[in-house]
Amino acid sequence: MTVTALGAAVRRKEDHRFITGKGQYTDDINRPGQAQAYFLRSPHAHATIKGIDLSRAKGMPGVVAIYTGDDVAADKVGGLICGWMIHSKDGTPMRAGPHPILAQGKVRYVGDHVAVVIAETLSQAKDAAEAIVVDYGVLPANADTSKAQGAPEVHSEAPNNTVYDWHIGDKAATEAAFKAAKHVTTLEIVNNRLVPNAMEPRAAVGEYDAGNDALTLYTTSQNPHVARLVLSAFIGIAPEHKLRVIAPDVGGGFGSKIFIYAEETVCVWAARKCGRPVKWTADRTEEFLCVAHGRDHVTHAELATDAEGKITGLRVKTIANMGAYLSTFASSVPTYLYATLLSGQYAIPNIYAEVDAVYTNTAPVDAYRGAGRPEATFVVERLVEAAAREIGMDPAAFRRRNFVTKFPHQTPVIMMYDCGDYKASLVKAMEMADVKGFGKRRREAAKRGKLRGLGYSTYIEACGIAPSQAVGSLGAGVGLWESAEVRVNPVGTVEVLTGSHSHGQGHETTFAQLVSSRLGISIDNVSIVHGDTDKVQFGMGTYGSRSGAVGMSAISKALDKIEAKAKKVASHVLEAAEADIDFKDGKFTVKGTDKSVDFGTVALNAYIAHKFNPQELEPGLKEGSFYDPTNFTFPAGCHICEIEVDQETGVATIAKWTAVDDFGNVINPMIVEGQVHGGIAQGVGQALLEGAIYNKDGQLVTASFMDYTMPRADDLPSFDVGMTVTPCPSNPLGIKGCGEAGAIAAPAAVINALTDALGTEEVPMPATPQALWTVIQKQSRAAIAAE
Amino acid sequence: MYPFKYQKAATVRGAVSLLGKAEDPKLLAGGHTLIPTMKQRLASPKTLIDLSGAGLSGIEQKGRNIVIGAMTTHAEVAASPVVQQAIPALARLAAHIGDPHVRHRGTIGGSVANNDPAADYPAALMALGATVHTSKRKIPAEEFFAGMFATALDEDEVITKIAFPVPGKAAYVKFPNPASRYAIVGVFVAKKGSQVKVAVTGAGSGGVFRHTAMEEALAKRFNPKSLEGVATPAADLNGDIHASADYRAHLVGVIAKRAVAAAMA
Repeated sequence: MTVTALGAAVRRKEDHRFITGKGQYTDDINRPGQAQAYFLRSPHAHATIKGIDLSRAKGMPGVVAIYTGDDVAADKVGGLICGWMIHSKDGTPMRAGPHPILAQGKVRYVGDHVAVVIAETLSQAKDAAEAIVVDYGVLPANADTSKAQGAPEVHSEAPNNTVYDWHIGDKAATEAAFKAAKHVTTLEIVNNRLVPNAMEPRAAVGEYDAGNDALTLYTTSQNPHVARLVLSAFIGIAPEHKLRVIAPDVGGGFGSKIFIYAEETVCVWAARKCGRPVKWTADRTEEFLCVAHGRDHVTHAELATDAEGKITGLRVKTIANMGAYLSTFASSVPTYLYATLLSGQYAIPNIYAEVDAVYTNTAPVDAYRGAGRPEATFVVERLVEAAAREIGMDPAAFRRRNFVTKFPHQTPVIMMYDCGDYKASLVKAMEMADVKGFGKRRREAAKRGKLRGLGYSTYIEACGIAPSQAVGSLGAGVGLWESAEVRVNPVGTVEVLTGSHSHGQGHETTFAQLVSSRLGISIDNVSIVHGDTDKVQFGMGTYGSRSGAVGMSAISKALDKIEAKAKKVASHVLEAAEADIDFKDGKFTVKGTDKSVDFGTVALNAYIAHKFNPQELEPGLKEGSFYDPTNFTFPAGCHICEIEVDQETGVATIAKWTAVDDFGNVINPMIVEGQVHGGIAQGVGQALLEGAIYNKDGQLVTASFMDYTMPRADDLPSFDVGMTVTPCPSNPLGIKGCGEAGAIAAPAAVINALTDALGTEEVPMPATPQALWTVIQKQSRAAIAAE
Repeated sequence: MYPFKYQKAATVRGAVSLLGKAEDPKLLAGGHTLIPTMKQRLASPKTLIDLSGAGLSGIEQKGRNIVIGAMTTHAEVAASPVVQQAIPALARLAAHIGDPHVRHRGTIGGSVANNDPAADYPAALMALGATVHTSKRKIPAEEFFAGMFATALDEDEVITKIAFPVPGKAAYVKFPNPASRYAIVGVFVAKKGSQVKVAVTGAGSGGVFRHTAMEEALAKRFNPKSLEGVATPAADLNGDIHASADYRAHLVGVIAKRAVAAAMA
């Protein structure tokens, strides 16, 4: 029996299924009698619906049913919710407009759901949708974040299109710090809007079992239990015990599959209403138009420094685009997931941040890989780099002067950093990146007509989301613990039921490694069960790099209980006192003797129950646990990007990428490295390639891969990835989390390298060839004017 | 996709006959533009006439010409020893069209007939002075391309082959759209004897065009330096989110120089 230790880079158990096409995704699921749903969507960014004529469409071939917002209202189906309450500066609750699953009286963005056509085939549903006549009264629209306050009103509930004007930190103390500052660095920052684009688009199959009056929803979810809770308690689809949500294999989420959307809700509601299983799979255009987008901040940021190069204050004013409706966790992203990280890796005594969340006529914006923390890191790391250059200090030395070095460290913005060694990751990254040799490489590049730059990003993030009491006090509508159940079978094989959900993370491998190392059994004898509310009792799902730190901690706690009970059983099998039983390497031994029994035999004895008194010990071997973390975790590290810009074309090519991350203890370094690679790819995508662009009428110009630049392999260099380890003291496994780090660190590293190469801080994201050429043109015009 | 009738032509004559008889027909010559457009319900021909069985594939050298059958795929052109030896620039161009799927389904005739303003082949035909052979006649490239997505082809006319005169020196350099990888600017430069032709794709609002100012400068001295100061007016160029007309005008100059340098290498 081969035990797989924690820290072993074993191949992923689930990959054979995926790469041989044997995965079962939502679109692979077909139910008897199933009909196809197609959504008629608004072609206008903002319009009243004066009337919908279904008369011709309803008679079209194959049509089963057509529903509109009127049917939703008649059935009293509740609207979609935002589960995190944010209060404005004056203490008033955020102002959210209703979010019906089919539009009622008004559409607010291109793609908004106007009607659903359910037909025998998708083609018939599309034909019927084309026969629906909607009388729109087109209204002026706005998609621009910076112009939202004052633009045409999106929801009457939110005057001035402002959902909240929130703040954090000590305003007066921060103002005083800026008054006393030797130097103030100011940046205007636009954090570009992104489309998540998971490889698998969203999909749903709703099914009604009339015999049991019960519903099942198969869907692409990162958190099926939360979906069931919201569908049942808030939207009123069915009580929880009559609603099963199954998230089978899910092909990537990046946050976009956390949320409870209109389409999935419609499928399960309509399944009962029309008496047929109802299936919907987004095509790529629908995915672009209607999935929750990410980022989209406009920020004025300032950093105050004293004569010694110490940071004395940081001040930020951000406008965050929420889109046309508040998505499930949208309100928390630019507040508690953003401004609480504005201290970065630095001891900053005074921080004050103001955030206005605004409605626009665009798709809803919510958490996307990193969720608030990439935006915060970008602000802090751009400010730090620019400040160092302005005061004539080396950016690495400036960082070192300001690093937090004593732990725990309380920042002025809620977070208490538990551990870390920021200098260690910086120093290691600088060695791996050969920063010393950069000057030579830059001169050599200049000979080839290329501008070469080097940029740092010493990022921090808060993962392991999150202590329930703490997030509850900040407005979260849910607790953020995780659950686990470990079922040992009579032959000693193990099923772990987890509330975490794997949609690419490799839980079937890493979670099995934990069980293997603890119980001394092969990972092949461990199954990880997730994604089904009828199997797993409850769980909070996977996002915010939480499944290692929180999900595995729950498993670890359940394994403690398994071990404790198994020792009791073993003491009866070995006829020794329980206190004399040792458990190691899958064997129970009587201390000081060679008497032993293996785990499988103990498991069998737990079930046959011949050797102990049922009054003293229950048969069976199954334990559960709910683990609520004591703190966030704080992964941190240093990424260094070296980039070359072709002055003639504006094309930027990444020449070298070094990442040194501190994720605490690592379960599977191969999987962790893969997460780092993927994260950097997405971060580089944001910095150089990706940008969701709406035109002035609110049409999404980048609604396909023909115009939205997804990163490709040839856009990226080979990454040099290294690690430092400070074990996390806030959970039993010492894990911090690794899923988002790359996406958080990378944009600032790229832009800092570009600003270094070009000698100006005014480099926009995405820094496309055209954008960089424009910067270069502006500089050369300025140089000519100066002569 | 709306329903349509599928017909397969066994000969060019058969295809022409079907074109004349069928209701609202479209020729299928690879389909990598047409089929996605139909899937999005943006095109809805009533009949598709598949040319894959009409015997139009193949590459041969005929005297000083390389003759490529209309249904020859990009991958076949890229891998052809004949093309690689005689006009390596053309083989390289074909090797960088789209992705492997496109290169194994898409054909030279389909590309040329579609005349996408960002397609690569039109630049090659124009710069090399190719002749388009059809079911009716022979059309010089110069007269074939008639503006964005427009050609000199009649409704009932089928491209059969394309003849490329072998140049002395030639090169194609593409500046790809970062998202679609189509040409934002693609410049094909060819020198045959004392004559130089420069064709630009991707940039022009009317599709592919010859850059006569550059041709004149290069005819005097075939060197990238000759192009310094040769202007490309932005007025007739495309502009989109990826590249404004001004940026394209600038890129035409840069990419043309690189193409000349590559042709000299």
